[in-house]
Amino acid sequence: MSTANSSYYLPNPSAWPVITSAGLFSLALGTVLTINGIKPGPWLMIFGAAIIIYMMVRWFGQVIGESEGGIYNAQVDRSFRWGMSWFIFSEVMFFAAFFGALFYIRQYSVQWLGADDLLWPGYDAVWPTAGPKGAIPIAPDMTPGANQFSPMGAWGIPAINTLILLTSGVTVTIAHWGLLKDNRAQLITGLFLTVALGITFLVLQAFEYIHAYTALGLTLKTGVYGATFFMLTGFHGFHVTMGTIMLLVILARSLAGHFRPNHHFAFEAVAWYWHFVDVVWLGLFIFVYWL
Amino acid sequence: MTTATAHHDEHHPSGISRWLMTTNHKDIGTLYLLFSLLMFFVGGSMALVIRAELFQPGLQIVTPHFFNQMTTMHALVMIFGVVMPAFVGFANWQIPMMIGAPDMALPRMNNWSFWILPFAFTLLLSTLFLQSQGGAPAGGWTLYPPLSVQGGIGTDFAILSIHMMGISSVLGAINVIATILNMRAPGMTLMKMPLFVWTWLITAYLLLAVMPVLAGAVTMLLTDRHFGTHFFNAAGGGDPVLFQHVFWFFGHPEVYILILPAFGLASQIIPTFARKPLFGYASMVYATASIAFLSFIVWAHHMFTVGLPLAGELFFMYATMLIAVPTGVKVFNWLSTMWRGSMTFETPMLFAIAFVFLFTIGGLSGLMLAIVPADFQYQDTYFVVAHFHYVLVSGAVFAILGGAYYWLPKWTGHMYSETLGKWHFWLSAIGFNLAFFPQHFLGLAGMPRRIPDYALQFTEFNQWSTVGAFILGFAQLIFVFLVIQTIRGGKKATSQVWEGAEGLEWTLTSPPPYHSFAVAPKIK
Repeated sequence: MSTANSSYYLPNPSAWPVITSAGLFSLALGTVLTINGIKPGPWLMIFGAAIIIYMMVRWFGQVIGESEGGIYNAQVDRSFRWGMSWFIFSEVMFFAAFFGALFYIRQYSVQWLGADDLLWPGYDAVWPTAGPKGAIPIAPDMTPGANQFSPMGAWGIPAINTLILLTSGVTVTIAHWGLLKDNRAQLITGLFLTVALGITFLVLQAFEYIHAYTALGLTLKTGVYGATFFMLTGFHGFHVTMGTIMLLVILARSLAGHFRPNHHFAFEAVAWYWHFVDVVWLGLFIFVYWL
Repeated sequence: MTTATAHHDEHHPSGISRWLMTTNHKDIGTLYLLFSLLMFFVGGSMALVIRAELFQPGLQIVTPHFFNQMTTMHALVMIFGVVMPAFVGFANWQIPMMIGAPDMALPRMNNWSFWILPFAFTLLLSTLFLQSQGGAPAGGWTLYPPLSVQGGIGTDFAILSIHMMGISSVLGAINVIATILNMRAPGMTLMKMPLFVWTWLITAYLLLAVMPVLAGAVTMLLTDRHFGTHFFNAAGGGDPVLFQHVFWFFGHPEVYILILPAFGLASQIIPTFARKPLFGYASMVYATASIAFLSFIVWAHHMFTVGLPLAGELFFMYATMLIAVPTGVKVFNWLSTMWRGSMTFETPMLFAIAFVFLFTIGGLSGLMLAIVPADFQYQDTYFVVAHFHYVLVSGAVFAILGGAYYWLPKWTGHMYSETLGKWHFWLSAIGFNLAFFPQHFLGLAGMPRRIPDYALQFTEFNQWSTVGAFILGFAQLIFVFLVIQTIRGGKKATSQVWEGAEGLEWTLTSPPPYHSFAVAPKIK
């Protein structure tokens, strides 16, 4: 019995969703145990993560096979497009929570902390701050001593990284144009450059983090400035990592001869995701580093 | 039409793997609904522990710490484990049938969004067995710091399980949106969609917008607990009130996530049994969208007493009151649908009418709570508890039960026992009002919520409330019996089932074929 005349592809029963859920469970339980210092925690985390990665490879692999096998019609393609767009929207809202926290702290709560001299006498409520009991911020070019920190300046690595990500937005578009014109060399070169720029960004960000921890006295524990700085840039860096892996998959598929000018949802999904990561970075550059 | 799907359905796994591996919207809908029913009894048992303890002043049955675990877990289970999965179950079963689609748009992902839930709740409920480690989270379902930062390992379990539930909800919402926007039969324009589909489309957007915000909020909690961040610690420049803002930016749209599909259910049931088309269809759609929009700009009405600037109190008060306008439109339309209708009172209709009447009471007490100076009195009293149980139990849960009775003959192919259904309804309605109406008076008299003990003068109302809660709780066993009975047999249901039923799902056989509309129907 088949799905009769419907041309919409309905997949067969699949074991991967439930196994992926089990992997997620193992990862979550392992995380709880690890952060509470309970023995098997890290092993459970690794086990769960391994299941998830393995299942993603197999699951996406099957979807790629189905796609290249030509069994997705235009309507299936549209479902994927709606799905990816709204997934990215949900990611935007995840970042919105942290941006909202940053704005609230900077605009309201820090000022309220300094407004009443009875509460924290002598507390100078200006941004950046690690709070009344935290380390004291000093000028970015000075070497911080004990209980001091330097905020991260905007015009060193962050400015270079801004340039890198903006350029990578251009190169991924050039790759897309290549794909549309069926110019495979342009597609592959554009993607290769995008991946290279993504990796460069991540290397520079790692360097920036090391600099913050070793030379600036700026850590995740440096009050609310350190918390917002590292959580926002850290989650962004995680998304860049994911985006780079996605780009690598697309690059490998391009090398394998996948995608046609009229059939390349996966390419566009990754490109959208990459642009999303790019736009979030602009927000970070302006509100976390610059202003 | 092409035959691209020719190699599909070569085999259907049977037994347990059918349910583990299914990509079928009906199977997944059934899984969601059964999971929800199971959790209804888990969360309900916790409520009965709470009510048993509150039968008398003083401490009788449980310790205060365990009492706090019960109030926290009862809320988490009922919200994330009962009402939300039940609505997703309805969405899975009904949306493809109502818009003329063969299945949901993304069937494998559909299965994944369900199977995350049992794992997430295993994680959450396992904390009850860790009593020596501090047990389940006990700081209230809102997880406010500093209590939640100080809590034991149970809070970490709760945070990670909330992450999993969030993934499940976001995936489910994406699927609903892709299905509604992309899978409608030719001619099924947006403004011809049944209202249940409309309310779910809007709910899906609410889910996408706020579940990630909740994930962000609990992530900040987790890093404050274990990684030394100071988001909610004033000594480091943070602010515990920040959590409340982020949480309620999620939390208020969340309460509409819990009620909009219920509006949709009532809007399907009432026209059927009034034998009249829904009054003011377009205004219903616009009212739903308005409520969804307003839900994003009213969150701080949950926080009137934390010390907001006066301008903030005023803004959030007036914005909250505005919600009464589109909600009033809806209630007016339901009443007008019934006006001069040729009404009969089968069980779904009884639940739907009770929904309209009792939800409106909950809405009006919500309006009272919206008034800032009054809220200063009501905050954290049993008045609030009464209010949200009127909107969530007699609102969301009664609509879910009504919907279940409404479509049970379609799903199973058998008519249920009307006698048992009526027993279930009347015991639920009486038990519910006995349990929760006195809580308005308790709250106005000053009894605080989330406290296992109370002053002597509150005893009588509390005893009524406990008796009502037990009637309400045990009445649900009738429903379980009835569902099993209906699945196993009974009078054969016709395709249309109800005389006044209109819509695509009633053109299919009862039970419907495995793939709802293999060929897209023509819409007039």
